[in-house]
Amino acid sequence: MKVVVDMNKCQDHGQCVFAAPDVFQLEDNGRLAYVSDPDDALRDEVEEAADVCPLQAIRVEA
Amino acid sequence: MTTGRIVVAGASMGGLRAAEQLRAAGWTGTITVVGDEPHMPYNRPPLSKEVLAGKAPFESLAFTPRASAADVEWRLGTSVTAARLTERVVVLDGGEELPFDGLVVATGMRPRRLRCAGPSAGRHTVRTLSDAEALRAELTRPGARVVVIGAGFIGCEVAATAVGLGVDDVTVVDPLPLPMVGPLGELLAGALRRRHEERGVRFALGTGVAGFEGEDRVTGVVLGDGTVLPADVVVESVGSVANTEWLEGNGLDLSDGVLTDALLRVGGWPYVVAVGDVARFPNARYDGVPRRVEHWSIPTDTAKHAARVLVAHLGGDHADLAPFAPLPTFWSDQHDFRLQSFGAPGLGLDDVRVLDGDPEGDVLVGYHREDRLTGVVALGGQSAAMGAARYRAQLLKQPALIA
Repeated sequence: MKVVVDMNKCQDHGQCVFAAPDVFQLEDNGRLAYVSDPDDALRDEVEEAADVCPLQAIRVEA
Repeated sequence: MTTGRIVVAGASMGGLRAAEQLRAAGWTGTITVVGDEPHMPYNRPPLSKEVLAGKAPFESLAFTPRASAADVEWRLGTSVTAARLTERVVVLDGGEELPFDGLVVATGMRPRRLRCAGPSAGRHTVRTLSDAEALRAELTRPGARVVVIGAGFIGCEVAATAVGLGVDDVTVVDPLPLPMVGPLGELLAGALRRRHEERGVRFALGTGVAGFEGEDRVTGVVLGDGTVLPADVVVESVGSVANTEWLEGNGLDLSDGVLTDALLRVGGWPYVVAVGDVARFPNARYDGVPRRVEHWSIPTDTAKHAARVLVAHLGGDHADLAPFAPLPTFWSDQHDFRLQSFGAPGLGLDDVRVLDGDPEGDVLVGYHREDRLTGVVALGGQSAAMGAARYRAQLLKQPALIA
């Protein structure tokens, strides 16, 4: 599974971090960091993270 | 059973999320989504901000449906005008009758309009893409004088965006004494007012609107005390009305949206559920009082729960389903600051405490009932919002608040 975040859209709301903490993190400076090729076992939480992103900046690819 | 058809009435975010979650819950039958706007579902929060500011084109707003929803049938530019729930039929605006096995009510809200006398040209609302585009065209005329009626989320955001666009003359009118005082309480609402004023927004508070001046189009707003605010552009952000007329005649409680049970089912029919801001549901996390919730997170939360309930019923699975108990969350971006909330501040307005910071700068406020935290709201920059997030786990863990 491939995860792409449009960092031009991201406004650091952090909702993805609650949905999928194994994949998304806010760093100490408040900026988002993420794993771009998470294990397929995490698909449900990654899709949830994409759903709850206020800016709809997260794309999940097969 | 995974044959047959589920009709989703409403093709906005709630309708899309319902379709996706029906697939995620295992429904392999037909899904037909009917919606009156011509567009595929799109994200509305930018309408009062980035779209109005000219920074976001439509393509950037459109949701990307999940691959699992690729075979959903979209009937756009079409509204549902009636339903006969016992017969399991909805009627479309062309007269066509669509039979269903399951129905998802996702028709949402429309802006409430002021009924006072005066011309209608120059008066705007912000709910749809075409609303926002029409308002933008008028806000960007040089020298436009803007009056925003209603100091809630939309009104405060539109006022901030207008100032950001360079409009010199922006006044927000509200019968309440402070902006957003209903959801935030006086402490934060006062801080919010100061921030807006420092950035050039004027307020006319504690007064309603009596009428509009002008012949062919609006030239002024008449306040309750007789004062006239000159205006070229008026924005009415005075709440919303539920799109439930099509459900009349089925014996439902439609007094404010559509009443659901704790599983989001409607009127005792196990094959009818409601999602999004049209659903008036009891939240098992709180006092069990049914409420409509217009936060952006609600379409996604309700769709997930309602889809499981509906698919379980249609599949003959009568396993016990947990009552719906979402943790509410909202945000609002205004000027260069953000409001970020978790939990239910509205249930703790009588006991409001500063948890961190200072109302003059970044501040985190806690709302309490019987000495227990019901919700938090941060006002300020990114670090303030992150401060609110630190209370999320605590709010999730708490036992239900009973009325």
